[in-house]
Amino acid sequence: MNTPSNTLPQSPLDPQAVTPTAISETRPLYWSIRRELWENRSIYIAPLVVAGVVLIAFLIATIGRAVATVDPAQRAAVLTERNNFAAGVIMATAFIVGVFYCLDALHGERRDRSILFWKSLPVSDLTTVLSKASIPLVVLPLLTFAIIVVMQVIMLLLSSAVLLMSGLSVATLWTPLPLFQMSLVLLYHLVTVHVLWHAPIYAWLLLVSGWARRAVFLWAVLPPLAIGIVEKIVFNTSHFAAMLGSRLAGPEAPHFTGPGSVPAHPLMTFDPGTFLSAPGLWIGLAFAAVFLAAAIRLRRYQGPI
Amino acid sequence: MATLEARGLRKAFGTTIALDGVDLRVEEGHILGLIGPNGAGKTTALNTILGLTQYQGELRVLGRDPWTERDQLMRDVCFIADVAVLPRWMRVSQALDYVAGVHPRFDRAKAEGFLAKTTIKRGSKVRELSKGMVTQLHLALVMAIDAKLLVLDEPTLGLDILYRKQFYDSLLNDYFDRTRTIVVTTHQVEEVQHILTDVMFINRGRIVLDCSMEEFESRYLEVMVLPQHVAAARALKPIHERQVFGRSILLFDGVDRHQLAALGEVRTPGIADLFVAVMGNQAGAAQGAAA
Repeated sequence: MNTPSNTLPQSPLDPQAVTPTAISETRPLYWSIRRELWENRSIYIAPLVVAGVVLIAFLIATIGRAVATVDPAQRAAVLTERNNFAAGVIMATAFIVGVFYCLDALHGERRDRSILFWKSLPVSDLTTVLSKASIPLVVLPLLTFAIIVVMQVIMLLLSSAVLLMSGLSVATLWTPLPLFQMSLVLLYHLVTVHVLWHAPIYAWLLLVSGWARRAVFLWAVLPPLAIGIVEKIVFNTSHFAAMLGSRLAGPEAPHFTGPGSVPAHPLMTFDPGTFLSAPGLWIGLAFAAVFLAAAIRLRRYQGPI
Repeated sequence: MATLEARGLRKAFGTTIALDGVDLRVEEGHILGLIGPNGAGKTTALNTILGLTQYQGELRVLGRDPWTERDQLMRDVCFIADVAVLPRWMRVSQALDYVAGVHPRFDRAKAEGFLAKTTIKRGSKVRELSKGMVTQLHLALVMAIDAKLLVLDEPTLGLDILYRKQFYDSLLNDYFDRTRTIVVTTHQVEEVQHILTDVMFINRGRIVLDCSMEEFESRYLEVMVLPQHVAAARALKPIHERQVFGRSILLFDGVDRHQLAALGEVRTPGIADLFVAVMGNQAGAAQGAAA
């Protein structure tokens, strides 16, 4: 019976006064974000797996096709095709991961009762909710950026290798797509669309996650849907539905398709002025702030379910 | 300043009154046992102390309002709730890292020292540990925090008797000193009787008994009455009477020990026996009032 596994911590250590280590305000936030990454490894695994799949597809489709093409000119054409599909797939993956993360973020800890453990530590509800909000608003965009840049560098290098082996010039491949400029455009797109424009979506999902006792997904989706349907029936208009649609799809195209001063990148081009002056952006951010404040407030009242 | 002070503490869930005007005061260095039947309001009382539940009335824990200052309060308060609440996905090493990261009073070396006495591996996930090991882990984390108040809500629920005994032994030997305060609720009353300095009975949201163990021992006496003295003993108005192996055991409140010694063998009752007596009388009184 007296196996070691049955001994509780018994230590000869004298109870000694522990001098409280100075903990800065940001340290609990840092550790809370790390905690989220420990718990939700899909945050980085899912985009990485998709990136891997995309690279394999690229190898088979583009490189394979190029190698199979005998005519050097055609081969070069195949290899210099603009490939933004890959970036889009990674961004879509990050969006889906972010949505499902938010739906579970404040619900899971109540469902498995671990909220009692988290609340036994000196971490405020503000820090907790902000750490959870920073996953879709900071961590995922940065991760998406890094993965896409690395992925495109790998794709460019592979294409260059094939071109060089064919004795063709790599200049056509590298000049129309300056890597640095492309990364800037990508970063701009991520910050404007995936962070600022989508912020109210994530904040709403976090709020529902902290409020609903069950069926979080339904509570998140059905009320907006119901508002749209009621509007349609009562007023025979669909402003709300259109508003939701544009929220999901990103700001209207005109804000992004400026004159082609920047080498035309299908994602969009810089036009921060128009973007920042769009009322939709600021209304959306105001909603995001309200939803997050409500989620912070709500967490104080919530216990295990 | 008392570690814990409540005046007229009330809490209702809809029409159910969980706390009905509770007054309590716990001084530094005391170990209080909060004893009550299921649904008596024990957990609600602890939740208000820990800032997990809103309440009415006055409550100060280490001079703070737990509801609005939970995060600051938790630098000096630790708690282990009724069931294992450590997140099941977490690794032991991650639990250590996280608590060390967010808690200014956590002594990691001390926690490692406690864990070294167990078979818990650093790389194990909480879900892979037995219930007893999860409790060991939680206790190791909590004992390595230099807190002023430790709150335990049924900490040994579902553990076998060896773990239960060792839990309280390590708490007393390795953790408790005269500057810390512990509040514990449990159904295994007899296991904590020897460690308590104070005992409190709670029933239907009200405190029905509040005394120090010294007072308890001098005030309550249990007599195994010799058959020929039963009538005389009953005349002294025992608060409870029960039969064990054909012998009557009578429980007295505030009756002189010498007077009782003449009637039979006198001893200090168990908290559990007094609990049964007090709760039984309460139920009887309630029925009497209803009739």
